[in-house]
Amino acid sequence: MGSYLIRRFFLMLLTLFGISVLVFTMLRVVPGNIADILFDAAGMIDTAEKGKLETELGLDKPIVVQYAHWIGGLAHGDLGYSYVSEKPALQEILPRIPITAKLAGLALTFAILFGVPLGVISAVKQNSGLDYVLRVISLSGLSMPAFWLGLLILMAFVKFFGTIPIYTDPPHGFWNNLWLYSVPAAAVGFRSSALVMRLTRSSMLEVLRQDYIRTARAKGASDSTVNYHHALRNAILPVVTVIGLEAAFLMGGLIVTETVFNIPGVGRFLVEAIRWRDYPIVQNLVMFIAVVAVSINFLVDLLYAVLDPRIKYS
Amino acid sequence: MGTKFVALATAILASLTLCNANAAEPKHGGILKIYHRETPPSLSIHEEATFSVNAPAMAIFNNLIVYDQHKPQTSIDTIVPELATSWAWDKANTALTFKLREGVKWHDGVPFTAKDVKCTFDLLQGKGQDKFRKNPRKDWYEFVSDVSTNGDFEVSFHLKRPQPSLLAMLASGYTPIYPCHVPAAQMRTHPIGTGPFKFVEMKQNESIKLVKNPDYWKKGLPYLDGIEYTIIKNRATAVLAFVAGKVDMTFPTEMTVALEKDIKSEDPTAICEIKPINVNTNLIVNLEAPPFNNWELRKAMMLSLDRKALIDIILQGQGDQGGSLLPPPEGVWGLPPDILKTIPGYGDVKKDRDEARAIMTKLGYSADKPLKIKVSTRNLATYRDPAVVLIDQLKQIYIDAELDPVESSSWFAKVARKDYSVGLNLTGNGIDDPDQAFYENYSCGSERNYTHYCNKDLEKLFDQQSAETDLAKRKKLVWEIDKKIQEDGARPILFHARTGTCWKPYVKNMTIESNSAYNGYRYEDIWLDK
Repeated sequence: MGSYLIRRFFLMLLTLFGISVLVFTMLRVVPGNIADILFDAAGMIDTAEKGKLETELGLDKPIVVQYAHWIGGLAHGDLGYSYVSEKPALQEILPRIPITAKLAGLALTFAILFGVPLGVISAVKQNSGLDYVLRVISLSGLSMPAFWLGLLILMAFVKFFGTIPIYTDPPHGFWNNLWLYSVPAAAVGFRSSALVMRLTRSSMLEVLRQDYIRTARAKGASDSTVNYHHALRNAILPVVTVIGLEAAFLMGGLIVTETVFNIPGVGRFLVEAIRWRDYPIVQNLVMFIAVVAVSINFLVDLLYAVLDPRIKYS
Repeated sequence: MGTKFVALATAILASLTLCNANAAEPKHGGILKIYHRETPPSLSIHEEATFSVNAPAMAIFNNLIVYDQHKPQTSIDTIVPELATSWAWDKANTALTFKLREGVKWHDGVPFTAKDVKCTFDLLQGKGQDKFRKNPRKDWYEFVSDVSTNGDFEVSFHLKRPQPSLLAMLASGYTPIYPCHVPAAQMRTHPIGTGPFKFVEMKQNESIKLVKNPDYWKKGLPYLDGIEYTIIKNRATAVLAFVAGKVDMTFPTEMTVALEKDIKSEDPTAICEIKPINVNTNLIVNLEAPPFNNWELRKAMMLSLDRKALIDIILQGQGDQGGSLLPPPEGVWGLPPDILKTIPGYGDVKKDRDEARAIMTKLGYSADKPLKIKVSTRNLATYRDPAVVLIDQLKQIYIDAELDPVESSSWFAKVARKDYSVGLNLTGNGIDDPDQAFYENYSCGSERNYTHYCNKDLEKLFDQQSAETDLAKRKKLVWEIDKKIQEDGARPILFHARTGTCWKPYVKNMTIESNSAYNGYRYEDIWLDK
């Protein structure tokens, strides 16, 4: 187990290194830099003036030097300065993380709380009226675009309650936080729960046909014991994988939901930073998302062994 | 009976008048909440060229002089003193002297003096130690040779030649006075002004917060305790936020006609105004790229335009045909309709297109052998949409055009490299004044003269109108120039757009300017009746 952990850790480092090179290079391949954008926004073309700004920001240095400067800074905890706000990148990035984490956490909770039990019910009641209803709901969850669902929710709130659950000020207190994040989380969670539900259902259906389930039933075990203790435990592995992937996606992929509900989270900030070619923000934010994704994958791998005693790491 | 009725009517009228008088009594307090369409690049007005900056930042500052914030049409006649108490030209009209207000303090408590005015213009002219990162309006002060101070409360602008429109530029929202003691870099992130509101914070993608300046030199003002701009990038969300009362006002001039109708249907109490913003959509043609170096071909393109159709399709009729300056009645200097209709392409569309087709046939093009071109434009809806209609109109004269959407950040660089043949561009004018529009967009060698149109004779007329102190004579010259520019097809104007602003009825004293989108955001006497 120990050697496995060490191997995985070094693999994680290698992955992150690869991502850092890729992100750094791709950013510089995209046309235009911050100087271009700033000058373009002012309708200015003066190349000499623009050159001065590029020198000031170190954009005229060779790409390898720029990369070394960034990685060197990262190693010392110096993430550089945002080109746009001219504030330390860390100061800009840090406040966004809890915002997205809350939203992602709630959405994931919603997905698990609804997706797993409904998936089990749907499998157990296969081809019943309830199964059909649940399948239609899950299909709609998967096929409805997030921005459209979000806007529908907002319009409904305005029409029926005369209010709009969008982020305009940082919420204070548990209930304010819950109110502000639960509506967008439900919109995101609807799609995620549909995914989890469909996967739980198909995985459960496969397990329910196994011999040991028949044996359990023959031994007189109750339906709930068979379904939840014997079947679900064995069916949950692929679901856990998907939940893990979904968790990693939610940390950086909620751009549309954050835009519709006006939440100043990581995803929206990243898109804005890309638009401005704010390299320090984009690079560090992508690295953060990569660290989260890699760590979650690692945790999910470890969780396999906990959920299924047959799995041993060596 | 008659006398009693008159007495009763008089009494009712008197009480109504009294009620109205009471209702019109401004109230102190409250936070004005407005949504902002984007995070501004910075809050340093001098370094930016978008009213995304002016709208929140203008309330932080004062100018020497400013356009009367409650007169919708801005002009030389609507200029009022601000940090200056009075101004006077010398006899030669080459020195403009301002007496400055005493007792004004910057938001950090440092007293305002003439030195600050000099520092501001040294920065703008690139003369100071400190430098701006960008200086998009340096050219505005091309004819100012020097700014000198006489003691702490008098400052003089020395000009190379008379330029009456200097006053118009100084009165613009683009010309605040900056403090000498605060570096230019800090002004981008934490601006210090003398204005009615102090800067509190700007959080990217979240908000911009301003708070009342309790030591504002205009006693009793501002009425508001603060102004908060919530940044809402998604327009649908922003409109719903306004309807739900989450914000008191939409971002100025941000509403399309369709959105304005939506708002009025959802909230009939909302007050909405649709006005020109002095931004024109124009056709740019690379005058040096064959076959467009042929004047006849360019003339045919001008004759193919159906401006009314463009306005109807893109703006649901809410736009104006005009020359390079905003047309009347909102515009002060624009070509009047009787002159406009004498310019090729502004008359009978059918007749003009027949003439255009004849030219194209003469040049060897036909329906079977069209001229294939690309129409380049910025990949933004406000650029793309009219470009698509333009392409359809060019088809009518055997020009088979294809849309070439250009990544926004590369647009001006591409145009500057002359890496285009035909394009569609938007040109905004910070002030409704010919000097700004002519020198910036049409003078030989100007950075923003994207088509590189150059007419030395006309340039002499630019200078002549610029130095003319008689307004009527200047207007005549301006019309002559604008007519010539349009006839030469320097940058054919497709339309001048109108857009809307909405606010709740309890927001009082709001005036939306009708010939500029850059100058009306001081907000010192806006108040909330709630």
